[in-house]
Amino acid sequence: MRLLQRFYLVEVLSGLALTAAHFFRNMGLHLAHALGRKTARGAVTIQYPEERRPYSPRLRSLHRLVRREDGSPRCVACMMCETVCPARCIYIVAAEHPNPEIEKVPARFDIDLGKCVFCGYCVEACPEDAIRMDTGILEFSSYSRDGMIYTKEMLLALEPAGRDGRPTSPVPIPADRRP
Amino acid sequence: MSAADLGIAFGRVAFVMLFVLNLGGLLTWVERKQSAIMQDRIGANRASIFGFRLLGLFHPLADAIKMLTKEDFRPARADPFLFGLAPFVSVFCALVAFASIPFGDVLRVAGREIPLQAVTLNVGILYVFAMLSLGVYGVMMAGWSSANNFALLGGQRAAALMISAEIAIGASIMGVVMIYGSLNMMDIVRAQGRLFWGWLPAWGIVTQPLAFVLFLTAGIAATKRIPFDTPEGESEIIGYFIEYSGMKFGMFAMADFLETVVIAGMTTALFLGGWQVPYLVPDGFRFPWGGAVALPHLLVTLLQVGAFVVKVCAMIFVMMLIRWTLPRFRYDQAMRLGWLGLFPLSILNIVVTGIGLLLWGGRA
Ligand code: SF4
Ligand code: SF4
Repeated sequence: MRLLQRFYLVEVLSGLALTAAHFFRNMGLHLAHALGRKTARGAVTIQYPEERRPYSPRLRSLHRLVRREDGSPRCVACMMCETVCPARCIYIVAAEHPNPEIEKVPARFDIDLGKCVFCGYCVEACPEDAIRMDTGILEFSSYSRDGMIYTKEMLLALEPAGRDGRPTSPVPIPADRRP
Repeated sequence: MSAADLGIAFGRVAFVMLFVLNLGGLLTWVERKQSAIMQDRIGANRASIFGFRLLGLFHPLADAIKMLTKEDFRPARADPFLFGLAPFVSVFCALVAFASIPFGDVLRVAGREIPLQAVTLNVGILYVFAMLSLGVYGVMMAGWSSANNFALLGGQRAAALMISAEIAIGASIMGVVMIYGSLNMMDIVRAQGRLFWGWLPAWGIVTQPLAFVLFLTAGIAATKRIPFDTPEGESEIIGYFIEYSGMKFGMFAMADFLETVVIAGMTTALFLGGWQVPYLVPDGFRFPWGGAVALPHLLVTLLQVGAFVVKVCAMIFVMMLIRWTLPRFRYDQAMRLGWLGLFPLSILNIVVTGIGLLLWGGRA
């Protein structure tokens, strides 16, 4: 430690000068912003619910079940995803599909998001490309564990995220959070 | 004492009380916003009334509502009386400490002379220190009565820190007292109105620069805020108020803010010329380069009070800047700084001031 540093004062003053410089620069930018120069930004803050940073296209967000043209799930209830899921949070009940060319269809397809670790293995495992994690939806919460279970109907209704990574379909609200 | 006198006395006290209390409350907002702007953030801005956010000015209000409606918990083995009394002692002492700090010169209205000061005391400085030091009793009481070892340690630390800070504060203002020759705050401020060489105001920061640094450092230590927050020690979970909740906790936080205001007021009065505006004499401005502007008495008084408020706010800004810039001292470092740094330096300051006064014979 240099002798000068032992006396605190000089170092303290240089530190104060640094933070004060930030303060006055940002204050000036805020003022310019308030006076109409909208490009002047005094803070790096992203005001979250209204503003979002762009999401990467690789982002693993809420699952969705891909629909066929007639609106029925593309999933053939092969149980691959249920088998591979490390969190064991997928629950499928298979049923006969009316079309004989298609083997099966899920009667129930529940994902317990309270357990899901968002590893994306289910997407990788699916032979039909029937499950994807590209909705861009990240906000799901509920007051109970049951509220975290997303059913087939909820997952089928979701759309892929837009080009900017923003969700295009509304966030499904679990039953216990509906007003 | 006539009704008018009573009214005047009440008005003086009310002005100081409202000034200190409001400023103290506002400091929660200042702290949030100033720290945010220093760190390139925006800061709390979500509290709104009817959609109006007003730069987050409603957050102090929301804080108060939250604290008043929270559970007021008292540990089973805590001393009920002392536990309840402690926050009040803290806030009370911080509040009344401002009383003898003058915020303006004598105001003359309708043949009356009103000193702009809540109470006129011949030993004003000592009074402020007495009250500041008494404040630590609240903290110690809180630590002791909580029946919690960590709280007790926090109270202990507060006492130790307060003693080391108090001594440095007392010794560092000795130089000021020597130069201006009075313990009366009003006289000290008035004496700072003189000019050196006809242009340099004889403010305390000019005559006693070392004492200013020492006083400010010790004063910040006395407020128990970062970098001297060892009594609260949030990062060590030692703190005299760890058992407090709700508004009682809020009162301790408020006492810290009020002490910040008091220290800022003290620094202003002792080192920044108090209500003095450079070159403003009782009948207007008189500039060293010859110009003069005559002003009515009322305007002069208004300017002085305004100058005092501005200086106090500037000091608070500086103290907040320090609080959000420096990392905290460890307990032993704070003690070492107090006893081996501030205290000897303030003694040295007294000696140097004495020699200076001897050589230049009290020309200041
Ligand atoms: S993301 Fe992983 S944990 Fe979640 S459902 Fe798919 S496989 Fe299971
Ligand atoms: S792996 Fe694909 S097709 Fe098989 S059950 Fe899962 S979603 Fe359906």
